[in-house]
Amino acid sequence: MTKKLKDEILHDHNHDGVDRRGFLKCMAWAGTGALCVMQGGVLKSYSLSRLSDLGGGAAAGGELSFVQISDSHMGFNKPANPDVAGTLKAAVDKINGLSAAPEFMLHTGDISHLSKPEEFDTVDQILKGAKPKDVFYVPGEHDVLNDDGKQFLERYGKGSKGGGWYSFDKKGTHFIGLVNVMNLKAGGLGTLGHEQLEWIEDDVKHLKSSTPIVVFAHIPLWSVYPEWGWGTEDSAQALAYLKKFGSVTVLNGHIHQIMQKVEGNVTFHTAASTAFPQPQPGKADSPGPMKVPADQLRGILGITDVNYVRGQHALAVVDSSLA
Amino acid sequence: MRRRVWILVLAAPVLAAAVFLVSGPGGFTARAEQGQAASAEVKVDNFSFGPATLTVPSGTTVTWTNRDDIPHTVVSDDKVFKSKVLDTDEKFSYTFTKPGTYGYFCSIHPKMTGKVVVQ
Repeated sequence: MTKKLKDEILHDHNHDGVDRRGFLKCMAWAGTGALCVMQGGVLKSYSLSRLSDLGGGAAAGGELSFVQISDSHMGFNKPANPDVAGTLKAAVDKINGLSAAPEFMLHTGDISHLSKPEEFDTVDQILKGAKPKDVFYVPGEHDVLNDDGKQFLERYGKGSKGGGWYSFDKKGTHFIGLVNVMNLKAGGLGTLGHEQLEWIEDDVKHLKSSTPIVVFAHIPLWSVYPEWGWGTEDSAQALAYLKKFGSVTVLNGHIHQIMQKVEGNVTFHTAASTAFPQPQPGKADSPGPMKVPADQLRGILGITDVNYVRGQHALAVVDSSLA
Repeated sequence: MRRRVWILVLAAPVLAAAVFLVSGPGGFTARAEQGQAASAEVKVDNFSFGPATLTVPSGTTVTWTNRDDIPHTVVSDDKVFKSKVLDTDEKFSYTFTKPGTYGYFCSIHPKMTGKVVVQ
């Protein structure tokens, strides 16, 4: 990707600073490694080869750079991907090959496939090979089977509250890890619950509205496709507590495909899986593992690189496939 | 001629009743003791339970078999029964002794719901 790409807002119908057509055009490039950045209301896109121009300042200028991986499903061994350890290793290689080294990683859940200890152990082992040594986890529904999440909390929940939610700060950006895969009710969607919502309200109460916020949770916090359970019942309340902030980025997993939505100051983004893809909403009978020709698999699995450059409202989110 | 026919006609229902009595409740108990209690199956596939509503007599053992390529669970809405995680081809059985309607769902994919109606 050596070509320089450039898109600017031409039509701002909703007066929210986003030119939908420009944005969508930009997103079409995202799969091939383009970077879309909102700068003062103007959406600009840059090819991945120029990422160092933006992210190069990350290490020097106190800017922030991290990676999101998701849905490693260690233990899955069906035809959609008989080697999920191999594709997770490929994701680590991809991370290690990024020009701007990320400082840490977020794993947005479904670390394991069946909550087995050896599955968690294998993921821990593989991620030890990644350059960023700090990894922050939130559970997926596959991580809390059989024991109401006790094992997950023991392994990854140090310092967390309740069902495993927590927050931390990195270079002035406030990160909030949420749990929406526990106490699921029949016929329902993901759920945060009263106790966690109250904690969120309290957690952000004293933060300045200029603080960039990153929320990460497994099931999408917006209604992607309720028929398949792709949504969270009470996320609106959580987002209401974040209304005052000028920049909110929501990072989710669960649906095993990249989707993005911008609503005012909130950018929602879901990551690809490192294990297997799932069909687009409504394009199949059910949201199960989707088989693709073997030579196409790694082009559909991937990682997400996120950079925050001071002075810009939105975090720059770049998805790269494993192939 | 007519009389004979008349006797035969009368005898038939009496004979039928006798046969019925012999194979009555006593006979059913014997069958149960031989381990032939009623059983029924629910197939778990494509993120759904089939049949979604299963109607069975009291005393039936229902067996759920996961034919999907993703794990599922079978959890009663009212905490009456709960399976461990079922990977592909794994089964869970529960014997329903009390009449009633038992709603259940998959706790991993809560949009998957089913019902067993016990009569």
